[in-house]
Amino acid sequence: MATHASGFFKTRYSFEIGFLETPYRRFWVAAGLCIALAFPFAAPTFWVGILNLALIAAIGALALNLLTGYTGQLSLGHAGFLAAGAFTAGILVGQWGAPVWVTLPASIVVGMVLGIIVGVPALRLRGIYLSISTLAAFFVIASLATEYQSRFGKGSGTLVPAPRLGDWVLAGELRWYFVLLALSGLATLLCLNLNRSHVGRAWLAIRERDLAAAALGIDVAFYKVMAFVISTAMTTFAGALSAYYTGFVAAEAFTFLVTIEFLAMILIGGLGSVLGSLLGALFVTMLPFLVERAVEVLPFPATFKTHLFAVQIGLFAVLMLAFLMFEPHGLARIWGRIRAYFELWPFRYRPLQ
Amino acid sequence: MQFVVNVLVLTALYALMAEGFVLIYRASKVFNLAHGDMMMLGGYVFFTCLVATQGGVATSVVIALGAGFFIGVAVYLAGIRPLAGYPVASVVLVTVAIGILIRSVATLLWSAQVRYPVNLLPFKDTPHALPGNAVFSTLDLAALAAALVFFIVLVLLLQRTALGVRMRAVAENPRLAANSGIDIHRIIALSWGLSCFGATLAALFYSTRVNLEPDSWLVGLRAFAPALIGGMNSPLGVLPGALIVAIVEVLAAQYLDPIMVNSAPFIVLLVALWIRPWGLFGTREEVVRV
Repeated sequence: MATHASGFFKTRYSFEIGFLETPYRRFWVAAGLCIALAFPFAAPTFWVGILNLALIAAIGALALNLLTGYTGQLSLGHAGFLAAGAFTAGILVGQWGAPVWVTLPASIVVGMVLGIIVGVPALRLRGIYLSISTLAAFFVIASLATEYQSRFGKGSGTLVPAPRLGDWVLAGELRWYFVLLALSGLATLLCLNLNRSHVGRAWLAIRERDLAAAALGIDVAFYKVMAFVISTAMTTFAGALSAYYTGFVAAEAFTFLVTIEFLAMILIGGLGSVLGSLLGALFVTMLPFLVERAVEVLPFPATFKTHLFAVQIGLFAVLMLAFLMFEPHGLARIWGRIRAYFELWPFRYRPLQ
Repeated sequence: MQFVVNVLVLTALYALMAEGFVLIYRASKVFNLAHGDMMMLGGYVFFTCLVATQGGVATSVVIALGAGFFIGVAVYLAGIRPLAGYPVASVVLVTVAIGILIRSVATLLWSAQVRYPVNLLPFKDTPHALPGNAVFSTLDLAALAAALVFFIVLVLLLQRTALGVRMRAVAENPRLAANSGIDIHRIIALSWGLSCFGATLAALFYSTRVNLEPDSWLVGLRAFAPALIGGMNSPLGVLPGALIVAIVEVLAAQYLDPIMVNSAPFIVLLVALWIRPWGLFGTREEVVRV
């Protein structure tokens, strides 16, 4: 008696780049969307605010993951690009009172230009030498921002009023939540589409071995610069959004620790994974608030309370180390294992096909 | 004349800090982004010893330098060695994580308060007059002397001793060195220790001349510029590298905004990366190999 194999099999090449091809995936995406849409009506405003921060961070994390996770170019200048976006919005609003439909596209253009400036050395430099050039770029951007602040008498920062389109003002956590949900959804879609197309495959090839990628006929220089341009443009966009969301732009907000937070997001979430970027952004944004609660409730030494920030960054460091050493593919891989467990249950192994 | 003095002292400090990047790069082929934090930790050990011994400089210096060496070895054994065989980018990220861990622990132990160890010294840091209206303090002189001694001893170690030959062999080709019976982990650990020793030496003078706070790590990170300009695999390249960065920084302090001083080494670093990423005395293959 012939046995019929059951399950989902990729029988055509188009399945390889499929998007929502299995009922399983369709179900989870629909469920996730329903939860995301219902969340703000069920949760207190405080948590909606945190989720808003996480959604902005998710755009930045997706951008960093494109560059570091997919293309394999470790960037240590992420805070600099965020600052560039925030300051583009801040300067345009502060000096000329530009409306939001000018500042957001302007921040994207600034990001693209920055991406070319930082990306072109990538043609000469590889690996950690490139990382160092992004690190140096960060310090230069940060000092330019500080310079602007002191030169134009902005003191501690620039105020950015709530964005308005006609009569509609984008203010209040709830409105922000739906706008940010839509924007980060678009960013997720952009990343998913890039990654399952020829662009994403070229990036993966460059990540694994750029010489081999070149031998396969991939224009390494073009795709590397492209990764930088798209990534920094998304990052500056996220920076401009955060400027509008917090209503304030200050150079002091963009320290090297911000870079580390974003690196922690993609490391904890999972390098080279869109789901990982989202999970990591959510986790890392929530962590400080959870730490604050934990320090209040649990009996820690008094110094922990006075130096809450130090506790938080210390925890980031420990988590980064743990994931780097023990689970380099991050939460996304852990989620994958859990999923595989339930998919295969009650069996432990996938049968040979 | 004062310009020359400032440049010389800054060169000495930068050279001491930057040598650590080179030693570690030669041994482990990674950029140690925790270098500044390790230096800051060494400075805090010195400060704590000064407080405990009520100004016993000699004891404090010896303990701090010993602790510096130990910190370097410990970071290698705990954080870097388990990652042997991982991609270089992962190891660099591990050094970043170790760096912020050190910073967090230092803030918890010593608080973020700015300290001035110079006030704990039993002697006054007297300025000496030089021709041409320049002044030179005792600590400046000591910093120059310390850097000179450190580099002379290092060169003698690398060139004249069996240990130095082993260190050079590991830098040249770790696998071949291991096959020749060299315990490469011991040599690499030694390099990390020496690197942090040099950084602590710099921290002694930096903390007494300027101040000490958890944010002092940035000073150590700025020293990356001289290391790269000299060439990451050239032990003596850091001297001209440090000189160039020191000149630019002192000029920037004189003619530009004080804000730009902090980023001056990074601007020099960017220019160097565009023009000559393998450095003045480094080998070109090094950049291609990574």
